[in-house]
Amino acid sequence: MTTNTDDGSMKLKVALAWGFVGIPLAWGVIQTLINAMKLFQ
Amino acid sequence: MSFLSLLDREHTIAKPGFSRWMVPPAALCIHLCIGQAYALSVFNLPMTKLIGITQSAPEDWRLTDLGWIFTLAMFFLGTSAALFGRWVEEGGPRRAMFTAACLWGGGFMIAAFGASIHNLWLIYFGYGVLGGCGLGIGYISPVSTLIKWFPDRPGMATGMAIMGFGGGAFIASPLSVWLMGLFSTPTHIGVAETFVVMGIIYFCFMMVGAAIVRVPAPDWRPEGYTPPVTAQKLVTKNDVYVYDALKTPQFWLIWWVLCLNVTAGIGVLGQASAMSQEMFPGRVTPVAAAGFVGLLSLFNMGGRFFWASTSDYIGRKNTYFCFFVIGFFLYALVPYTGSIGSVTLFVCCFLVIISMYGGGFATVPAYLKDMFGTRYVGAIHGWLLTAWAAAGIFGPVLVNYIRQYQIEQGVPKAQAYNTTMYIMAGLLVVGFICNFMIKAVHSRYHMREDETERSAARVGATARPAGA
Repeated sequence: MTTNTDDGSMKLKVALAWGFVGIPLAWGVIQTLINAMKLFQ
Repeated sequence: MSFLSLLDREHTIAKPGFSRWMVPPAALCIHLCIGQAYALSVFNLPMTKLIGITQSAPEDWRLTDLGWIFTLAMFFLGTSAALFGRWVEEGGPRRAMFTAACLWGGGFMIAAFGASIHNLWLIYFGYGVLGGCGLGIGYISPVSTLIKWFPDRPGMATGMAIMGFGGGAFIASPLSVWLMGLFSTPTHIGVAETFVVMGIIYFCFMMVGAAIVRVPAPDWRPEGYTPPVTAQKLVTKNDVYVYDALKTPQFWLIWWVLCLNVTAGIGVLGQASAMSQEMFPGRVTPVAAAGFVGLLSLFNMGGRFFWASTSDYIGRKNTYFCFFVIGFFLYALVPYTGSIGSVTLFVCCFLVIISMYGGGFATVPAYLKDMFGTRYVGAIHGWLLTAWAAAGIFGPVLVNYIRQYQIEQGVPKAQAYNTTMYIMAGLLVVGFICNFMIKAVHSRYHMREDETERSAARVGATARPAGA
């Protein structure tokens, strides 16, 4: 059985893990979008 | 407890309270790194000027020599995924991810040494051979783990990971350019230093994935999820041993389905910039064409998640039917967009086509799971990746050689791709037929229940096939 503290700690770990991969990916997508906008200029 | 034993499957079994949403980021840690392979071309021009610096010297490497680095990496991706698939499956995801991190990071280090002493063979060996093996092992390492954690949404789960492979280039491309700028001086091009830094970053990033990945306990089920009591027509509840799967017509039909879908997309992806400029001369500039390629990459990545997730609702077979039917009409429409001069329609056609190209990659692990069960899906997927390697040869050859032949026959450049588009549409008809012929796997290929239990219980042991 899991306690509320365990549950909160796991949620924090999930958020950190997604941030760890999500932030670089979002940065890369933004860079690509900036380049892609040249198609419409 | 030794460090190596921490890599064993038995030490990665999740404890109660573990969230399955930790596993997709673990998979993304691997796929975002190995996806760098798609951005390798940013090193091509700098590596042709390592001696001449401002322009290529006679002793500098030629582009054709450098092209072999990517070809070798892709060849070893397919080979290692096929050969090490069963080892990956039986040893568990952490051992596979750790191995992939060592091969990928180590490959960069050897390539860096090769660049620093100007020895191309070291780069072939480092990036092409070792890195290629890291690519193959890393690519299949999280597949079956994700499917086991998400039995209710296997398409979405594998789609997320494989989306990372498409997204890896987005990070690697600007990062490589920035690092090379940082390390370059008027008398030196910083390729070797960039390789070292990227090797270290990728090794660390992939190790985080290896550290946080977990496999579910054998009796684990998602909360509120009840496995279907009766098997669906095309979704088996049985497992098929990896080498037995290769004996089934279903495996080879899916092989052709993937190969034809990828052939159609990969040829276009490689030629998108030139094609857009040649079909719309004067209207699509090189800068705009680069933007078009960027948009294609985004749709390639997004399509992986979108189509794989959609397949959870409409089924894998129907998803591939969508690819082949929609793809057929869009390829047939492309020459018309050129004839009426509609850049917008041309761009829209290819964005959808490329989303389905990515979707084909991302949906296929779940298709294999439906056909052959979860036990050896990663290993079977490894063998299936040979279809990717084959398509990597067919696609560009078709586009390039037919275009060249057309031009030599006096066809204007703006219309030189028309025949290729109709051939691609024809390939999709063949793909449609292959997909149509896929039926459930015959029960004689299923692993016996006692064999399945024994293979699951004997961690790291070799399961004996029922039908072998």
